[in-house]
Amino acid sequence: MSEFRMSLLVCAGTGCVSNNSFSVKAALEKELARQNLQEEIQVVTTGCNGFCANGPIVVVKPDDIFYQFLKAEDIPRLVEEHCLKGRPVPELMYSPAKDAPPIPKMSDIPFFGKQRLIALANRGLIDPENIDEYIALGGYQGLRKALLAMSPEGIIAEIKASGLRGRGGAGFPTGRKWELARAVAGEEKYVICNGDEGDPGAFMDRSIVESDPHCVLEGMTIGARAIGASQGFLYIRAEYPLALERLTQAMEQARSYGLLGEDILGSGFDFDITVSKGAGAFVCGEETSLIGSLEGLLPEPRVRPPYPAQSGYRGKPTNINNVETWANVPHIINKGAAWFASVGTESCKGTKVFSLVGKIRNTGLVEVPMGISLREIVFDIGGGIPNGKKFKAVQTGGPSGGCLPESLLDLPVDYESLTKAGSIMGSGGMIVMDEETCMVEVARYFVGFTQEESCGKCPPCREGTWHMLKILEGITEGRGREGDIELLEKLALRIKDTALCGLGNTAPNPVLTTIRHFRHEYEAHIREKRCPGGVCKSLIRYFILEDKCTGCQACFKNCPVNCIAGERKKLHVIDQDRCIKCGMCKSVCRFDAVRIE
Amino acid sequence: MKLKPEDLDKIRQRMKSTSSLREGAGKARVNVHLGTCGIASGAREILKAFLDAKAEAGAQDVLITTSGCAGLCNKEPMATIELAGEAPVKYIELTPEKVRRIFKEHVLGGRAVAEYALALGSERIS
Repeated sequence: MSEFRMSLLVCAGTGCVSNNSFSVKAALEKELARQNLQEEIQVVTTGCNGFCANGPIVVVKPDDIFYQFLKAEDIPRLVEEHCLKGRPVPELMYSPAKDAPPIPKMSDIPFFGKQRLIALANRGLIDPENIDEYIALGGYQGLRKALLAMSPEGIIAEIKASGLRGRGGAGFPTGRKWELARAVAGEEKYVICNGDEGDPGAFMDRSIVESDPHCVLEGMTIGARAIGASQGFLYIRAEYPLALERLTQAMEQARSYGLLGEDILGSGFDFDITVSKGAGAFVCGEETSLIGSLEGLLPEPRVRPPYPAQSGYRGKPTNINNVETWANVPHIINKGAAWFASVGTESCKGTKVFSLVGKIRNTGLVEVPMGISLREIVFDIGGGIPNGKKFKAVQTGGPSGGCLPESLLDLPVDYESLTKAGSIMGSGGMIVMDEETCMVEVARYFVGFTQEESCGKCPPCREGTWHMLKILEGITEGRGREGDIELLEKLALRIKDTALCGLGNTAPNPVLTTIRHFRHEYEAHIREKRCPGGVCKSLIRYFILEDKCTGCQACFKNCPVNCIAGERKKLHVIDQDRCIKCGMCKSVCRFDAVRIE
Repeated sequence: MKLKPEDLDKIRQRMKSTSSLREGAGKARVNVHLGTCGIASGAREILKAFLDAKAEAGAQDVLITTSGCAGLCNKEPMATIELAGEAPVKYIELTPEKVRRIFKEHVLGGRAVAEYALALGSERIS
């Protein structure tokens, strides 16, 4: 039998799957069979490519041709032209602008060109459901080295030398953490992978598990060897069915190869992993709450110290790292600490994965070297703000992070710089906001989120976030008073200092950063009862410009409460008393005649 | 099957053509021109002959790819062969017999078969 000459890599991350990538795959298989090419050309489903905005995506290897927005009906042409006749199809390729020529090669597209892949090295390149493909691209070589050629102390020394820091957000040095867990006396120790990714708009961990589950398993096994654990837990959200399925399958395959279980690779080392599904409480991302949840208790944080390294799961020494941290480990062991440390900045080595969402052209998942500027991420990789709107802010770190304005866009992305600016690195959520965003409303949204997710154990978080939320609601509804800003600041600092866990400690960050960088918006709401972003319904009014209105009746017909009056070809008028400010008239007007004030 | 350390290498060896294909890197790249003219003059058979020759030799790090018409329709079927780090060579008026010799001498042996070659070099895509 001859071998395949071409691989068609169909993206089967959650984003592309929900855009029907499986029907694209079925169409490819059908057409290849029709053209009698099934023996020569292989169709493979991979994990997320990252360019979710342009899915479904197919990448053709070995030539690296990138196709986007595919539909089943495009496939006969694609197969006939590219697969049969060797002519790539320009109409299905990515093009940077309307009239610009398409860019055939994936690596030439700016979205991919500026990325540096370590944790996501295999994304879109292998079938995550086939362990042999992972091994083919160097998988489990790190584990082999760690088990057969290194001592546990040697592994820890290597991770310390690499400069790897926790990717869950706090940035604690990983090697140091392992060293602490190893140093504690005790036969029974545990490692945990924290995959309880709860930030709104964040999907880094999900994508890593979906596209390369074995790298997480391999990383955990190496870590277990280093600290002396024989049992691991992988805590992952139940809302991630595809990730769970691939993980379960990967674990079965690893067990059948003896890469999990007893006497791994003949080394005498035993280790296995249990998957635990999180039930959707945001606080479970906090390590001590997660441990409580694993023990079958209410997910509530515990006072630290003792840290999990001293007393974790069932009171035993436990080491927790998040998915992305574990995913980096096999690569560091395999390629060496010096290789890893050559990427990044002085204090922050390696890369960080971000999920880029919000008012941005190229929504998706990106992995960038530490030290890259926010501007490069938003404008070069992300392609800037769509619809000709202006940039206003970028939010990093989800509900625990902060909003940074345009003046800070040249800030290098590393733990210290982001913290200094009042935000945090966080686990990697990055939400871009345009000029039509109200920063007070953003703060209200995030505080509303943390207030709802507060476990209620400690009063600063339970009561404090509630009061912050009430004040913010007041401001957005036009009931803001002088002194509100100062009161918010006072509350925020108090909560930061006194809350029991990370959830409460960081909950005020969105409030503090929006006050720090967008204080004028708070003042406009409070003093002038005006919302500069044109968002807060109590403070805005829609009206129709006399010289722009053509009397086309589009708004008249679409208004859900019928509050627009006007005859054909005559000026239309909005009845302010009945208007519910839904914005429908503005979105249907083709003449830009509807405005907000 | 429980793996021994060296079994990882065996799997990698067995999967070598997959990894070459995905990484787009091999020691040689054979490009068969599959324009309408090429297909009409038998390029599909030429492609198959290259694939068979590769399988027979177990040459997993040779990439066999295709492209459209090379512009010299009266010399089809054609193929371009590029060894890593060397200039590409275009072959014309191919037959399965010629393919077997080219694969053996040029792709595996590193010496171009001058009598079947048109010229050195390859067209560029701008």
